[in-house]
Amino acid sequence: MNMIQAINSAHHVMMERDDSTVALGEDVGFFGGVFRATEGLQKTYGRSRVFDTPISEGGIMGVAIGMATYGLRPIAEIQFADYIYPGFDQIVSEAARIRYRTAGEWCVPLTIRSPYGGGIFGGQTHSQSPEALFAHIAGITTVIPSNPHDAKGLLISAIESNDPVVFFEPKRIYNGPFDGFFDRPVTPWAKHEASEVPEGHYTVPIGKAAVVREGEQLTILAYGTMVHVALAAAEAAGIDAEVIDLRTIVPVDIEAIEQSVKKTGRCVVVHEATRTAGFGAELAALVQERCFYHLEAPVQRATGWDTPYPHSLEWAYFPGPIRLGTAFKQALED
Amino acid sequence: MPSKTERRSNRPALSLHVPEPEARPGDEVDFSRIEIPAAGSVPRPDVSAPAADTHPLCFTLVRVLDEDGKATGPWDPRLDADTLRRMLKDMLTVRAFDERMFRAQRQGKTSFYMKSLGEEAVAVAAAHALDGEDMCFPTYRQQGLLVARGYPMVEMMNQIYSNRGDRLKGRQLPIMYSDKKKGFFSISGNLGTQYPQAVGWAMGSAIKGDSRIAAAWIGDGSTAEGDFHSAVTFAGVYRAPVILNVVNNQWAISSFSGIAGGELTTFAARAVGYGIAGLRVDGNDALAVYAATRWAADRARSNLGPTLIEMFTYRVEGHSTSDDPNAYRPQGAGRQWPLGDPIERLKRHLVGLGEWDDARHEALTAKVDAEVRAAQKEAEKQGTLVASTIDFPQDVRTMFEDVYEEMPWHLKEQQAQMVAELEAKKK
Ligand SMILES: Cc1ncc(C[n+]2csc(CCOP(=O)(O)OP(=O)(O)O)c2C)c(N)n1
Repeated sequence: MNMIQAINSAHHVMMERDDSTVALGEDVGFFGGVFRATEGLQKTYGRSRVFDTPISEGGIMGVAIGMATYGLRPIAEIQFADYIYPGFDQIVSEAARIRYRTAGEWCVPLTIRSPYGGGIFGGQTHSQSPEALFAHIAGITTVIPSNPHDAKGLLISAIESNDPVVFFEPKRIYNGPFDGFFDRPVTPWAKHEASEVPEGHYTVPIGKAAVVREGEQLTILAYGTMVHVALAAAEAAGIDAEVIDLRTIVPVDIEAIEQSVKKTGRCVVVHEATRTAGFGAELAALVQERCFYHLEAPVQRATGWDTPYPHSLEWAYFPGPIRLGTAFKQALED
Repeated sequence: MPSKTERRSNRPALSLHVPEPEARPGDEVDFSRIEIPAAGSVPRPDVSAPAADTHPLCFTLVRVLDEDGKATGPWDPRLDADTLRRMLKDMLTVRAFDERMFRAQRQGKTSFYMKSLGEEAVAVAAAHALDGEDMCFPTYRQQGLLVARGYPMVEMMNQIYSNRGDRLKGRQLPIMYSDKKKGFFSISGNLGTQYPQAVGWAMGSAIKGDSRIAAAWIGDGSTAEGDFHSAVTFAGVYRAPVILNVVNNQWAISSFSGIAGGELTTFAARAVGYGIAGLRVDGNDALAVYAATRWAADRARSNLGPTLIEMFTYRVEGHSTSDDPNAYRPQGAGRQWPLGDPIERLKRHLVGLGEWDDARHEALTAKVDAEVRAAQKEAEKQGTLVASTIDFPQDVRTMFEDVYEEMPWHLKEQQAQMVAELEAKKK
């Protein structure tokens, strides 16, 4: 099963179990979404539970919040994370705070799914990674899976959560993991261990990281596509790195981070998003606050550049094994 | 001054139109542009009529009460005297409540207040026309919904005072009430956001095969927000069982309705472009507000979709306690509003029916005033908002509650740090 199929399966599981679950978004209904994540749902559950919306992200967010306050569990797709901004106010000012401002009287069990990140030649309006904007907002949970198994389990957790969850799907690895090399086609998910996706209901808990590779020399903190880049880059660099897939960035699994960094004494944080005030800055600060006396070198960042996402130059933008390798070197040499 | 910008000399210079109200401070009040059709003159389409049949009604005014307070025409809801008296009482209560709380703000007991003087009918009559279970998505000027639904005034005041009794734990600006059981959705400080939420709630009700509908209110100024347009689009597309009210009180702080597009067309006419039913209603006529709301509610309940209603009224006083309207419009403009005062008009109607008189009105006013005072006394037992003290009305630890259903580690840590900070301060 690839990640898209896993996400589709999570929808089926939840829509089958709970008729309060509804799915909406641009092209989500009849067509099943431009990435086909909601394929077949409308046929199975009907048009009043799975439907197309006008091209109005503010509207999608606003009505989904209203549905959630009614008592439904909407799963709203924003076609590309780059288009979440017209709905940003509804997420940040409303979804994030309705529980708080009503002292718990109302809650917003809303899941906002959105493909994010680069690597598919999407240009500057189909490639962004805006997760840090949401990590900054109190009341929002931000989840980013890196493989089909987690995508399904985390999405089920998100749908079951009584809080609004922003669920970013690394579209670069919808069909198979990006293994860190640009000159060959991706290996489909079916050829990877992580692609074992159980049928039926299971959850992967929100707020729990996974150690995807154990190591002694260095801790790499990553999420989404970058987990695979980190694995490939560590392999290529021939270092004994411990790779942690955060899976959730808020709340982040601080125990897993501390435990690993205290063991290795060195840390590199990686993400595709622009560098300045990215989530890597938060991770570096947390590591510095909590593991300073265990650190042998400054925490390094390997990230996208502080530019909009370019079209033809995207592979120069994308933090690949070379950029990661440089960061490893700096973290190891000091 | 000749512009430095280059332009072809054989073409006229363009100029920018910035709308201006008819009168500014120092000018005579001028309401001559307002066209007021005779009460009873506007037809009433059947509830099941196609939306287009209502579109001529977007450019006129549905009115029931004439100049003598007589109810006339097809929109007369023919309410019994008890209902009329209850509406009157609720409107008087809102007015008395506003007056007391405005004064409380001036006395430093709270930070802020907003009155609805002159607009009481908009919320009160709507509340009477709706079912108690329908969900309202109000703005800060629909306190009348809570009053009409019998919400305890003490609870409202506790919220205004952010005191120990405030069920919202002191988190919201005064008047940003919330009560799920009373069908009153939490008010947001971000204008317009509640509009698509109301549509979504109504869609939820339709998805579940429920029978409840939603109603939303927005100010004329806020209709310029994108949320307004997405809400009406969604409401139309999915025929959501929702009533979308635009309260055109003609002022958005200091900007007159022309700045929101009201110079070119009516706000009710926004319905035309979206293909939904629309009505323009005399908002100072409680019977017209009632009748229009009832019409729209019956329509929504019969799966015939949404209605956009412009409630044409006037904000008699300032925008809020922080505002002096005499700085931007002629002094006393509100008192000269040609559609009159909603309370006076309803009172005259009842008197004309032989169901009311001055003595009873005076007695009711005094009774309502006493009720408000008693509530205030009761609320103040739980404290008022007093700044610059660390003797907070709420347990400070509650600040970290309700951010998430379960408190994550970083909030627990920050909560502990805050408690330690305050302990240190006490020493
Ligand atoms: C998004 C947003 N922008 C600006 C404001 C500041 N503000 C508060 S009330 C107001 C005027 C609103 O006017 P209107 O919608 O006509 O409602 P009214 O106060 O007349 O009832 C403004 C600009 C706000 N609260 N939210």
